Amino acid sequence: MLVFGAAVVINRNPVASALSLVVSFLGLAALFMSLDAYFVGIIQVLVYAGAVMVLFLFIIMLLDLRVEKLRKINWVATTGGAVVALALLIQIFYVVGNFKAASQPFPPLTRSTIDDVHNVGSLLFSSYNLPFQVIGVLVLVATIGVVVLSKRELR
Amino acid sequence: MVTLGDYLLVSGMLFTIGFAGVMVRRNIVIILMSLELMLNAANLSLVAFSRYHVQPGGLPNYSAQIFVFFIITVAAAEVAVGLAIIVALYRARQTTHVEDINSLKF
Repeated sequence: MLVFGAAVVINRNPVASALSLVVSFLGLAALFMSLDAYFVGIIQVLVYAGAVMVLFLFIIMLLDLRVEKLRKINWVATTGGAVVALALLIQIFYVVGNFKAASQPFPPLTRSTIDDVHNVGSLLFSSYNLPFQVIGVLVLVATIGVVVLSKRELR
Repeated sequence: MVTLGDYLLVSGMLFTIGFAGVMVRRNIVIILMSLELMLNAANLSLVAFSRYHVQPGGLPNYSAQIFVFFIITVAAAEVAVGLAIIVALYRARQTTHVEDINSLKF
């Protein structure tokens, strides 16, 4: 999964990047399943490997993006970005290494989570009902925004 | 034995890959993909903590999975709006390279 995640960044061809992203998300869905979160894993496959990826590939094909020409690389920006990312990685390793709970194995589940759609759904419609409605409004606003942005005569 | 720390490290590495992509790459579509990688890294650590905090009934803590559900929804909306903006930008400037889009640069 990490290899394909890196391939997203390294590939020069946008189509290869998008397909690496699919494989990376499928690996992530497998990790969710291994954490007994079946609902989230299936949503991950449906939303990312299905919808988002079709959207990315559609835009890449629509804009007809080819393999990028080798431009003069801005070395200051590239090395600066790499150094900041490396510093972030070192900090993450340090923090996780000093985190007491991180070295303990997961406690066992006494009940099966194979029906966690039911559990997530009942929590979503009871304790998290207001955020759920707000997210619905957000999706509506995003839809309207996309339609407005895509209109040709935006003057 | 797989521990919580292993999942957190994988999540951190995935986040770093996405961060490096945002910092290094200059194609705006790839930058959007790297943003998706970072959001998913956050999702992975949320699900790992959900599994780690087992409730008294013997089930994982589902609040984190609700957060993951919300994050996935927001990410999908964000991708749709972002790609619409990219299409509008491409119509106006015929480029997806961020260094060619510098009218707002001071």
